[in-house]
Amino acid sequence: MTDLVFENVRLIDPETGTDTSGRLLVREGRIAGQDKAGAEGKPENAEIIDGKGAVLSPGLVDMRVAIGEPGFEYRETIASCARAAVSGGVTTLAALPNSKPAIDEPALVRLLRGRGEETGLVSILPYGALTKGCNGEEMAELGMLREAGAVAFTDGIHAIADTKRMRQLLAYAKGIDALVVQHPEDPSLAKGGTATAGALATRMGLAQIPAAAEAILIARDIRLAEMTGARLHFGHVSTGEGLALIRQAKARGLSITCDTAPPYFALNEDAIGAFRTYAKLSPPLRAEEDRLAVCAALADGTIDAIASDHAPWDADDKRLPFAQASAGGTGLTTLLGVGLSLVHEGTLTLPQLITLMTRNPAQLLGSDAGTLRDGASADLCLFDPEAEWVVEAGNQPGRAQNTPFDGRSLRGRVLGTWKAGRHVYGGEAA
Amino acid sequence: MADPLARKHHLLGLEGMSAEEITPFLDLAANYALLSRSRTAPRDALRGRTVINMFFEDSTRTRTSFELAGKRLGADVINMTVATSSVNKGETLLDTAATLNAMRCDLLVVRHAQSGAPALLAQKVEASVVNAGDGMHEHPTQALLDALTIKRHLGTLSGLTVAICGDVGHSRVARSNIHLLTAMGSKVRLVGPPTLVPAAMASLGAVSIHHDMESGLRDADVVMTLRLQRERMGAGLVPSAREFFRFYGVDSRRLALAKPGALVMHPGPMNRGVEIASDVADSVQSVIQEQVEMGVAVRMAVLDRLSRMRTAS
Repeated sequence: MTDLVFENVRLIDPETGTDTSGRLLVREGRIAGQDKAGAEGKPENAEIIDGKGAVLSPGLVDMRVAIGEPGFEYRETIASCARAAVSGGVTTLAALPNSKPAIDEPALVRLLRGRGEETGLVSILPYGALTKGCNGEEMAELGMLREAGAVAFTDGIHAIADTKRMRQLLAYAKGIDALVVQHPEDPSLAKGGTATAGALATRMGLAQIPAAAEAILIARDIRLAEMTGARLHFGHVSTGEGLALIRQAKARGLSITCDTAPPYFALNEDAIGAFRTYAKLSPPLRAEEDRLAVCAALADGTIDAIASDHAPWDADDKRLPFAQASAGGTGLTTLLGVGLSLVHEGTLTLPQLITLMTRNPAQLLGSDAGTLRDGASADLCLFDPEAEWVVEAGNQPGRAQNTPFDGRSLRGRVLGTWKAGRHVYGGEAA
Repeated sequence: MADPLARKHHLLGLEGMSAEEITPFLDLAANYALLSRSRTAPRDALRGRTVINMFFEDSTRTRTSFELAGKRLGADVINMTVATSSVNKGETLLDTAATLNAMRCDLLVVRHAQSGAPALLAQKVEASVVNAGDGMHEHPTQALLDALTIKRHLGTLSGLTVAICGDVGHSRVARSNIHLLTAMGSKVRLVGPPTLVPAAMASLGAVSIHHDMESGLRDADVVMTLRLQRERMGAGLVPSAREFFRFYGVDSRRLALAKPGALVMHPGPMNRGVEIASDVADSVQSVIQEQVEMGVAVRMAVLDRLSRMRTAS
């Protein structure tokens, strides 16, 4: 394998939180050291990549991705998902288990890991199902799934409704020191709802989900995590009230973490106006005050990670009356571009943003990805934080096109992606 | 959602429409009401035009009203009843849109159980779409016919106090009436239990919320009641029909709190003894039958105006 030297790049290293101009060496697919700007000398026969001042960060680690495969290949396959991922600088992704079949068998965990490697583009970190079939009832074989390589446990897009069952799941997970990831929404309050409660949903005549459905479940589960001592993570948190509870729990020293997704800090409920089903998400897009609360929680460190919450759907799943359309949007390609809006508007520094998209999710999932440390796999993302482009549904890498950011102008674009030192996206990538 | 008449001349809702945009529909409808009574409606106004009534939800009354309106103006009117039992109605919706385009339909009247379904259809068909009721969203022709009825009796649509009572939260009729009446300069009171009149309804404009009939009906110019669906009891929103009538039914005692001669209205079909007492429904203050008559006139006006806007563009 050819050695690489990235020259004239701005290195963002989440390990040290530094942002320095310099160069990065890659040997045998692994990171082999950083130099300050102006350093001379290079390994023999190394390929020189001139970054022209662009940013070089670890490849992004996306901790919440739904893939259509297995079971819904018409929406997205692992191969098409991987193409979308690398176009967004993502080289490691955690796959939700609510596929068909659900990832509740050790063999399926191994299959997903293997299929990720086959793409040569990304590493897939499989979530194991928390309950068999992700149906919220019988506990899945958490220990055996973990032995097979499951990084954490969740039922994906549904919360465990039953309080006692959730308690038992957390207690058992504590015993094997496994992380539990919960979809934070009280299922009975949310049932039948398609939009966040408020003036807009009232005008549109849509069945509503109160924002408090999130806080109610988070409050319950924080208490259960405290009872059991388990590590609990809330996915795609979207309300100020929910985040305030998580902030308090962290202050009390509980092992509570959370992530959010770009739609919840870059869009609000107005995006569903005129019944735009591409903006129908779960949890639903919220009021502006909740969006601002998500930004504040990113700034103060309450939110540990930003995930794409990529949810692929076919056009036929979306070209329906709003209530009948499927909830969810693609997010891999736009993850970094939308995330950079937080840097441009001053909510986060660039190293902070990259940490939320690399080291933090990697650590939560026990992965050694998301770093520029010597010896780490050379998973890299080269991007221009200023380059502007317009998101266009129908023109996105990968199979699924249901982006809630359709038509939006983004500032910040991935120029190239490398997986284990191999150029997998951008320019002349194979 | 603003500008519901945008581009292709649809009538998808009244939200965002101004008094200046609403009044021409009412004036034309008033004229058609007179011509219909004298059996002299212009049979050539829609000659050669095709109106298709597509009802994804049963409604004999509204469908018949649109059918009559089209026929009185000389249009070819086709009723398509679409099975509502299929699992994936939306697929039928867009497939049907393609079929309608092929048939060169001019005006498409749509009733659908899902909010926004006519708007979705309007994106895909060449015809002008008239929303004949979509989910909990809007029912613009019902609000127009209510307005015409009120105007005939009270001479104005501004400065009035209109109490809309009962299952307001689930009601497309209530939403369209709120948009229309507030645009015309009247005040709207929404009256019912909090399970049927959620607080967020107050965000719809110049409306006030009342959880007791006494304060809701006092000095009102118009008392409009809405049909209470049986399924509201099953969903735990109201304990029983008799309790609902006891606390929220419009009876003569409560009606006496409104202004003398206040109009009593109901979009039909009525549940006598649930949301409205029989004697009130049949009283001299009731204009419920006239609403039905105005319904035909309003739909004539809507079909005619949209058809002319199409021709002009």
